Amino acid sequence: MLQGFLDFISDSANWSGAEGIGNRILQHLAYTFLSLGIATVIALPVGLLIGHTRRGAFLAINTANAARALPTLGLLTLIVLLIGIGRLPVIIALVVLGIPPILASTYAGVSGVDRPTIDAARGMGMTEGEILTKVEIPIALPLIISGLRSATLQIVSTATVAAYVALGGLGRYVIDGLSLRDFPQMLTGAVLVAVLAILLDLAFAGIGRYAVSAGLTGRLRRGTDTKTTTAPATAEASL
Amino acid sequence: MTWVGDNSAMIWDQLREHLYLALVPMVLGLLISIPLGYVATRYSWLANPLVALGGVLYSLPSIALFIVLPAIIGTQVLSSANIIIALTIYAVSLLIRNVIDGLRSVPEDVLQAAVSVGYGTLRRVVTIDLPIAVPVIFAGLRVVTVANISMVSVGAIIGIGGLGELFTLGFQQDFLTPIVVGVVLSLALALLADVLLVGLQRLLTPWARVNSPVKAA
Repeated sequence: MLQGFLDFISDSANWSGAEGIGNRILQHLAYTFLSLGIATVIALPVGLLIGHTRRGAFLAINTANAARALPTLGLLTLIVLLIGIGRLPVIIALVVLGIPPILASTYAGVSGVDRPTIDAARGMGMTEGEILTKVEIPIALPLIISGLRSATLQIVSTATVAAYVALGGLGRYVIDGLSLRDFPQMLTGAVLVAVLAILLDLAFAGIGRYAVSAGLTGRLRRGTDTKTTTAPATAEASL
Repeated sequence: MTWVGDNSAMIWDQLREHLYLALVPMVLGLLISIPLGYVATRYSWLANPLVALGGVLYSLPSIALFIVLPAIIGTQVLSSANIIIALTIYAVSLLIRNVIDGLRSVPEDVLQAAVSVGYGTLRRVVTIDLPIAVPVIFAGLRVVTVANISMVSVGAIIGIGGLGELFTLGFQQDFLTPIVVGVVLSLALALLADVLLVGLQRLLTPWARVNSPVKAA
């Protein structure tokens, strides 16, 4: 069984062409980043707005909880039956699943900024826009990035399942292998998608480390104790 | 809606299978992560690697884990054991962090008081540490349970997925009703499980109601 997998993955014929491993990986990444991009464009501004105004928290928290309970395969099959087979319905499903984690953690990050910090910024004469971009977003960044990370993993995983409703990408090996009772092929798809998920997870962990303002991680701390939101930054970095 | 009446026996079976596939891993996850978390608070150098490993395992797509497991542990490819083991892995990956945080939230003076009145380790952990850790552990347990209930249906792709089989059935027959029934039942199951866990937490932590009636986990 394992031998079959090694044969499959080491056979160069399986790596080239439209149905080759290289192309399947690129497809998977393309679906993932397209859906992630659309989900971010929708969820990030809404999360920032809710977090900044602290109105509509109910919406932000509950969409995330409800989305966790939503069976992905059910959503995929439902949307495909309603709209039809093709790439668009699947991308819609992936976007729907990507929105809640981004929305919830953006909201949590921005609304978690200490009140006195914001008051100080306002007292210095910052406009609301400046408070958002110069104070709230930098402080919330660790949580925003962790939201993007959860969304990415959710999308990578669901894009694999979406091969069942005729999407390309690495899930094809799983679904095609299953219908042919070709276990090595299934295993190839499963291992590749697992590796892809881990690599993307590590990439986000790396981004999280570098994107966080040095004033928050304590890298530049001088003497005085700043009791700001160091906790989320370190908590995310340790994952 | 006549479809539901005609197929109620099948739907009922799938609902029961779904519940079984989601709840067994939840219980196993708790049984594994509590001792593991205790060991990690005892030998604190273990805590960070364990939480990091949990993070990596949790990032694995479920369908991938369902298929890779048979190759690693030698189960049958189409066995429900794969689903149960995979979901248990997710449960432990997530719960380990909450168990460690929960056990660490026990105040030092409480621990010392327990030791000084003669509590042994096991009795202290069971009657003092764990009850104090309940709110933090339950926060994780609720996430695990709801996530597991929705993840079980992915197993339908390899033929074992409780209510997920309604999705594959509906898709193959180009028929919306089973899918809608499956989604609704799955959501209802998750909601019900969550409500029950909140109730159980309240029963387990009667002091929380006395001190801060509004504080939710």
